[in-house]
Amino acid sequence: MDTGTFRGIITGLLIVAFIGITWWAYSKRRKPDFDEAAQLPFADDDDDLANRDKSASPNGADSRKSKGERNT
Amino acid sequence: MSTALEHPTYNYKVVRQFAIMTVVWGIVGMLLGVILAAQLVWPQLNLDLPWTSFGRLRPLHTNAVIFAFGGSALFATSYYVVQRTCQTRLWSDRLAAFTFWGWQAVILSAVITLPLGYTTTKEYAELEWPINILIAIVWVSYAIVFLMTIKQRKTSHIYVANWFFAAFILTVAVLHIVNNAAIPVTAMYSISIYAGAIDAMVQWWYGHNAVGFFLTAGFLGMMYYFVPKQAERPVYSYRLSIVHFWSLIMVYMWAGPHHLHYTALPNWAQSLGMVMSIILLAPSWGGMINGMMTLSGAWHKLRTDPTLRFLVVALSFYGMSTFEGPMMAIKTVNALSHYTDWTIGHVHSGALGWVAMITIGSMYHLIPRLFGRTEMYSVGMIAVHFWLATVGTVLYIASMWVNGILQGLMWRAINPDGTLMYTFIESVEASGPGYIVRLIGGLCWIVGMLIMAYNVTMTVKRGEDARQPLPQTA
Repeated sequence: MDTGTFRGIITGLLIVAFIGITWWAYSKRRKPDFDEAAQLPFADDDDDLANRDKSASPNGADSRKSKGERNT
Repeated sequence: MSTALEHPTYNYKVVRQFAIMTVVWGIVGMLLGVILAAQLVWPQLNLDLPWTSFGRLRPLHTNAVIFAFGGSALFATSYYVVQRTCQTRLWSDRLAAFTFWGWQAVILSAVITLPLGYTTTKEYAELEWPINILIAIVWVSYAIVFLMTIKQRKTSHIYVANWFFAAFILTVAVLHIVNNAAIPVTAMYSISIYAGAIDAMVQWWYGHNAVGFFLTAGFLGMMYYFVPKQAERPVYSYRLSIVHFWSLIMVYMWAGPHHLHYTALPNWAQSLGMVMSIILLAPSWGGMINGMMTLSGAWHKLRTDPTLRFLVVALSFYGMSTFEGPMMAIKTVNALSHYTDWTIGHVHSGALGWVAMITIGSMYHLIPRLFGRTEMYSVGMIAVHFWLATVGTVLYIASMWVNGILQGLMWRAINPDGTLMYTFIESVEASGPGYIVRLIGGLCWIVGMLIMAYNVTMTVKRGEDARQPLPQTA
């Protein structure tokens, strides 16, 4: 096998890998798992509350729920 | 440090140590940058001493900002994020403490040996072999602490930020060990085991992936945690983040040869590097868009939250420099830009605009939380710092664009008889005004960092004071 064929095969494999990952990531079956994973940074917020200094920002705890309205 | 600040589950001590050192090394590294910028305006500022000459201070500047400032920030945020998103304590407190003291020892050795003139001459890998061995030991310990913490996680998923941090840690270990393979000659002198064009290729495979994994993947890990946290909403698309991760790490590995256009490197390797660099635009912008769109529906927060502004403007600069980079990797563009100040401007649009801004934004989120508060001492000071940093970056990169294109055009200009139109020194003289503007940009940055240091000091003090007189609130 010459070098050109070898490079072609590698390129082909990388394209297949890319399409495979994209297909897997965007499949409907994975959606609930990923939605859950996306919430991980907020998962231990309750624990955060216990340590909060209430005087600094009285509304801090609610701000995630209030989303848009607070500063308008 | 008062024990009241200790978290019941997590190891915040090592995070606090690295976070404080991020600010300290940021000031040191950027001050060195300002001194170097001033030396280019007034060369006498090298004081005619070997230890303060440009050639020795320049590697100290790059090592200080990349490995001391950026490195400490990555240690701090990765240790914080991995604990919070895996909901478990660091695997070993003692090994984590070793990574802190070991890393500070590495930095101090750089501060001593580089001005003394000890260097391997490899860019961004100047430190000599005994220090390289220490780096390898510290880094492997870091990998063990980080990966073992992921292994003992209480959550089922490994959050995307941890994927980026893990890729950064593993790849940097491989890059560092391969590129620094050398035969020691004396206690502070070694010879690379690679020779000629292969040495150059290995060096820029290392050099570009230091950008790709240390300065990009690591800081993207930061982005994927702190942007959602500060915007108070989950990342725009978790699916896109997965495609972003795998395509970024697959493509980055191949882009190094663009640092060696028109050199002794085989032409096919140069072309491969160029093509892969252009492809790199896609995953880079995928990540940028994912970060930006996280703010959809929360854009109004930018009006009141300067920390979020830091994070979002960092993403804008990331998008801009990852567009500029592929463009400069095109051989015909590179023929104009290479060896000019355009390259320096490009690096700083990434280093100041992306790396430093995302770090500072993350630190303003992180530091109050580490010291038992939710806000920095002064939000107003964050806003001032934000504008100084933004204006400083814009001045820096705009002046280097002008200088770079000016130099590129002057160097290639020829008379009808084929002789060069300008001498080199004429292009240096023409660059003078740009160097002054760059110095002003650098001064904006250092003033901003000093304001940050004051703000952090007051936050730490108030965090400790608040605990003392009112124990019942704790």
